[in-house]
Amino acid sequence: MTTVNDPYAGTTESTEGPVFTVTGQDWDSVDASVVEGDRIVVNMGPQHPSTHGVLRLVLEIDGETVRDARPGIGYLHTGIEKNMEFRTWTQGVTFCTRMDYVAPFSNEAAYVAAVEKLLEIEDQVPEKAKIIRVLMLELNRISSHLVCIATGGMEIGALTVMTCGFRDRELILDCFEMISGLRMNHAYFRPGGVAQDLPAGAIEKLHSTVRLLKERLPEYAALCNANPIFKGRLKGVGHLDLAGCLALGLSGPVLRATGYDWDLRRTQPYWGYETYDFDVVTWDEPDAYGRFRVRLEEMWQSLRIVEQATERLAVMEGEPVMVADKKIAWPAQLSVGADGQGNSAEHIRHIMGESMEALIHHFKIVTEGFRVPAGQAYAAIEAPRGEIGCHAVSDGGTRPYRVHFRDPSFVNLQGTSVMSEGGMLSDVIVAIASIDPVMGGVDR
Amino acid sequence: MAEKDGDENKVAKQDQLPADKTQTVDSTSGTTQDASHEVQQELVPSDARELEVVDVREGAFGVRGTGDTSGYGGLTRPVMMPGAAQPPFGGWFDEVHDRLQTLTDSHDDRVIEKVVVDRGELTFFIRRHALLEVVTHLRNDDALRFEFCSSISGVHFPHESGRELHVVYHLLSMTHRRRIRLEVTCPDDDPHVPSVVSIYPTADWHERETWDFFGIQFDGHPALTRILMPDDWQGHPQRKDYPLGGIPVEYKGGTIPSPEHRRSYS
Repeated sequence: MTTVNDPYAGTTESTEGPVFTVTGQDWDSVDASVVEGDRIVVNMGPQHPSTHGVLRLVLEIDGETVRDARPGIGYLHTGIEKNMEFRTWTQGVTFCTRMDYVAPFSNEAAYVAAVEKLLEIEDQVPEKAKIIRVLMLELNRISSHLVCIATGGMEIGALTVMTCGFRDRELILDCFEMISGLRMNHAYFRPGGVAQDLPAGAIEKLHSTVRLLKERLPEYAALCNANPIFKGRLKGVGHLDLAGCLALGLSGPVLRATGYDWDLRRTQPYWGYETYDFDVVTWDEPDAYGRFRVRLEEMWQSLRIVEQATERLAVMEGEPVMVADKKIAWPAQLSVGADGQGNSAEHIRHIMGESMEALIHHFKIVTEGFRVPAGQAYAAIEAPRGEIGCHAVSDGGTRPYRVHFRDPSFVNLQGTSVMSEGGMLSDVIVAIASIDPVMGGVDR
Repeated sequence: MAEKDGDENKVAKQDQLPADKTQTVDSTSGTTQDASHEVQQELVPSDARELEVVDVREGAFGVRGTGDTSGYGGLTRPVMMPGAAQPPFGGWFDEVHDRLQTLTDSHDDRVIEKVVVDRGELTFFIRRHALLEVVTHLRNDDALRFEFCSSISGVHFPHESGRELHVVYHLLSMTHRRRIRLEVTCPDDDPHVPSVVSIYPTADWHERETWDFFGIQFDGHPALTRILMPDDWQGHPQRKDYPLGGIPVEYKGGTIPSPEHRRSYS
């Protein structure tokens, strides 16, 4: 590579060319005579309260106007995809649920959908497991949108929106805790079904949560929809039209705010979404305000699906939630013991006292896992942020050969530059908040 | 290099097998046939396909060369990926395939190396020199109209000599509600694939990620730099020859090896 005559380049030489560190405090090394105009390079993040997580923005500003915005990511990279290659197919759920930690069920959903496609057991997954999955995904959509609105509000100074958002999200996390045992990082969806059946009292809990949410959700509309300050900050900010969204690969509420009703739940339905009654929400202004309104209305639609799913589950007590194939299904159900959560005492009695074959089977499926026929599959789910895809490759072994996640936050974040360049510095925050990236998903 | 024939590789791969194990496996009957009995294949129904050996594993539990007396050391298991399918593929798969062949003006394997139909998904293996031409048609043609590039990533098959690195493109047609997969291969010692950023701007970060993790260079990319790993990182972590790392964990007197060194059943 030839040497670039760049005033911002550092002095470190490497085989790849000049190294741009952009760490600041390098005024002395910048050749002022070569720099054009009054532009200043501002390094915003990765530890900045308004960048929605550990997102770093390298902004070139001219006064208050942003001329060039470049997002820097990777600060939360944990090698989830690589780690999954060293665990069984079932253990993979525990890893991928940690990617987009605001919408963990979507990660799990994409992964188990891909694994089930590879195993060709999509038709064998019990109806009840599919309904529970839909229920959890939609509750998760509400809690995720609440966080988006809450943190987005906080970043522009609307603290009340933040406290309300996190207050209501807590209601949903309580449901998650009751059903899956955990508030986050559930690892509840498993290839073939879900980890365990609904506990006693879950239906009542869901009913009361839905009732409470119906009282609380109108507060956001009352607080924000016509609020002149809120509208002043959001309207016309972060504009990105349909062509821009498709070119840059943006999906989810950002895409629907352009007026295009693309929603995988409707266009490529999975797990019985075609049997639920709900509307795909669109808006005709592709800006931060439009995305806010799309999310607000989507919560209502998700609530409708939650109600329908709860109704269906109420009459399905005792039905299986895992495939019948013992070569794939996890051998034991969990139960609450005297010391908290644990394996069901009945199952332990069976394998330890009654059947040696059952013990061998339990040992094999838990330590070794099941084999997945060689091949590859791609499954896409409509996550709160857009299309989350999982590309899983198997070599016929008990571990994934390769798993790659198409995380919507990762792709949507590419819209940052085009949404912020030419705007005010303060609007960069609003634009990013309207994309709602979760850095755990971006960096994986 | 890009012109390297897939069949050549298959032959090369089989040469590495012990002589008595040189065989092809018919996916429908599950029986093994001698490779010389080509004539028999004509009798097989059209949805049958030859599986492709990408690797041969020996032994079990990840044990190598320890004088294993359990008998498992003698196990030999070929890793076979779903192989090429022959038309008709069924449904809209044929429409897309035929249209693509017409547009690229090729009825040999100059552009489309092979077509794999597996688990309800359509995969085109594209010769890398033709990639840009193919994706341009896929995006622009009314009958194809794959306007949305969902995902690009890599897969590393270190034992597939001459085509170790695969780049996998997942395209979505919102117009027709279809998904296809493109796969492009390149050898480890010439890891170059044309960039599709000019067609799908969203490919920018996907290709940077693939470069970061696999070391595949996308020619024509506007700024191919690392994206998730630090800029001064050495190596490409998702490659199979790159170790996972980790340390053994001690617990109540016992030592549990790091995940990479635990017993493997794959």
